[in-house]
Amino acid sequence: MLVIKNLHANVEGREILRGIDLTVNAGEVHAIMGPNGSGKSTLAHILAGREGYEVTEGQVLYQGKDLLAMAPEERAREGIFLAFQYPLEIPGVNTTYFLKAALNAIRKHRSQPELDAMDFLALVKEKTKLVEMDQSLLNRPINEGFSGGEKKRNEIFQMALLDPKLAILDETDSGLDIDALRVVAGGVNALRSPERAMVLITHYQRLLNYIVPDYVHVLSEGRIVKSGDKRLAQELEEKGYGWVEG
Amino acid sequence: MTASEAKAYYLTQPSAPGPEWARPVRQKALERFAALGFPTTHDEDWKYTSVEPLVKIPFAAGSGGDDGAERRIADFGVEDLTPNRLVAVDGRFSNRLARLGDLPKGVIACGLAQAMSAHRNLVEPYWTRIADYREQAFSALNTARAEDGIFLFVPAGVTLAPIQLLFISSAAEDGPTVSHPRCLVVLGRGSQATVVESYFGMRDEAYWTNAVTEIVLDDNAVFDGYKIQMESERGFHIATQEARLGRDAVFTSHSFALGAELARNDVNAAFVGEGGDCTLNGLYVTAGFQHVDNHTRIDHKQPRCTSRELYKGIMGGKSRGVFNGKIYVHAHAEKTDARQTNRNLLLSEEAWVDTKPQLEIHNNDVKCSHGSTIGQLDDDAVFFLRSRGLDLHAAIGLLTQGFANDITGRVKQAPVAEVMERKLSEKIDLMAQEKERW
Repeated sequence: MLVIKNLHANVEGREILRGIDLTVNAGEVHAIMGPNGSGKSTLAHILAGREGYEVTEGQVLYQGKDLLAMAPEERAREGIFLAFQYPLEIPGVNTTYFLKAALNAIRKHRSQPELDAMDFLALVKEKTKLVEMDQSLLNRPINEGFSGGEKKRNEIFQMALLDPKLAILDETDSGLDIDALRVVAGGVNALRSPERAMVLITHYQRLLNYIVPDYVHVLSEGRIVKSGDKRLAQELEEKGYGWVEG
Repeated sequence: MTASEAKAYYLTQPSAPGPEWARPVRQKALERFAALGFPTTHDEDWKYTSVEPLVKIPFAAGSGGDDGAERRIADFGVEDLTPNRLVAVDGRFSNRLARLGDLPKGVIACGLAQAMSAHRNLVEPYWTRIADYREQAFSALNTARAEDGIFLFVPAGVTLAPIQLLFISSAAEDGPTVSHPRCLVVLGRGSQATVVESYFGMRDEAYWTNAVTEIVLDDNAVFDGYKIQMESERGFHIATQEARLGRDAVFTSHSFALGAELARNDVNAAFVGEGGDCTLNGLYVTAGFQHVDNHTRIDHKQPRCTSRELYKGIMGGKSRGVFNGKIYVHAHAEKTDARQTNRNLLLSEEAWVDTKPQLEIHNNDVKCSHGSTIGQLDDDAVFFLRSRGLDLHAAIGLLTQGFANDITGRVKQAPVAEVMERKLSEKIDLMAQEKERW
């Protein structure tokens, strides 16, 4: 589904990614771990199409297509979803209105009929249950007045609603208490499927107690320095990042 | 024309003399216009707005012909906003276009010329006494030249169903025209009125609307006003709205400025009794080469009055916005509570806004604040919306609309809110396309 080959990227002239190779197949869950500044979030942003990164070498293929040539909205419509590390508050923009427009843009792209207000609300009701989210929050502007945990739940709710093929979760576990973490992880687990791939980016091993990955990769100074299965995460937890960086 | 040629031109433009009792005032106003002439950017109040483009065009007096007005009213989507409506074409009241249901006893809704003859006792105490023309050239010219207009009187204790006032310019094809719409609203003690003013032209030609609206609120009266300015892209709109608030009166004004090549909108309110409440909301949205200047002034002349002001601007293309808001707290106006905010969103590198919030306080026992911001769309927010599948155009539109929402959300009349939101989203849609191309 996703093939990253020798990806190099700069931010403001500084090289952050120094040759990433990674292959993710449908149905797999990959965890990418690494210390602060290792390039984890940069990788997530480049995959989702954020501006401000200069790819200097390498390529990214998504379902056989050149991902880097696609606009962010094309990627979303083709099934890529990024759960943000720091979800924004956007005053004045109603959450329900925005999500209906987003979902219908994606459905249109997939040649599915657009949902009317009633069908949309039914779908929303079903998906909010998944992350135990208070549906009334959706009547507010995007994330306005949400707690940290509510913002993260909202990201997972959006993922459930938009039904992506490849979900990238950027430090979704950061700043969550254990109850919120359990709810968020429960939502993610419910969305695991043979058709869907997930990339979990995290700083902490804790998340992986709740979402068990098929593969774990350690990112350090812009390269994947170690790959393994879930036991690698345990080992990292015991020995610290110094072990792989050294 | 040069400024002095233009002055001479408008001084000699004919207009009907009106009733005997009003002639000395109109003569005085003409003299004041002659003395003041057109303002220049050397005048502090006109620092950011040059009226040169207006001055150089010789605008002939509008004919007042209302043929085809019905269709134009429907085109603008304002035919059914309220149960009642009064219409003036080129400032002249049109009996044919007025639509009035059963008005409560004592309510007067008619042409101003008619009211000046038939209800002199209700007009004379207020006419030209709320909007002071003596230092304002455009108000002086309006006072001297307005032959007619709209008059609304609501007697004490009466609540009037929402009423629309439509000011239409005939905007003839055979040359630019000027009109001087004049409006007087008098609300008796404890009465209540909702008034929706709309300004637009019969054609998308060059024309000039030079309007003055005076609003009198007796003690405890409530006025909820909306002004929708939708002049043509080639139109000029200069307008002053002045309100005088009696004790415990409540005045709310919502100004929506969407149209005109050059627009200047003054909204002034003065508390002349204690305990009044004034809210000024404004939204100005400019594209292309438009220029919109908003001036507001709130005079806290009496103790324990509250004012809240929020003006927001969205500027795209090479357009320019101006906000100049003054809150003046007079010496004995203790316990004044005044807050003023101006926020601006620039959609292009070449758009411009000048913002000048001003507080002048002559009393120590007050609570006052003001602030202004100028910003651009948040790139992170644009990216977030696109990452969820919206295209760039839709993302820009949604965020821009979101910026305007706390103003449109304050419209209490559902049909007015609907038409406002539609007009706004049409304009924002065009601006988003313009930005996307850029």
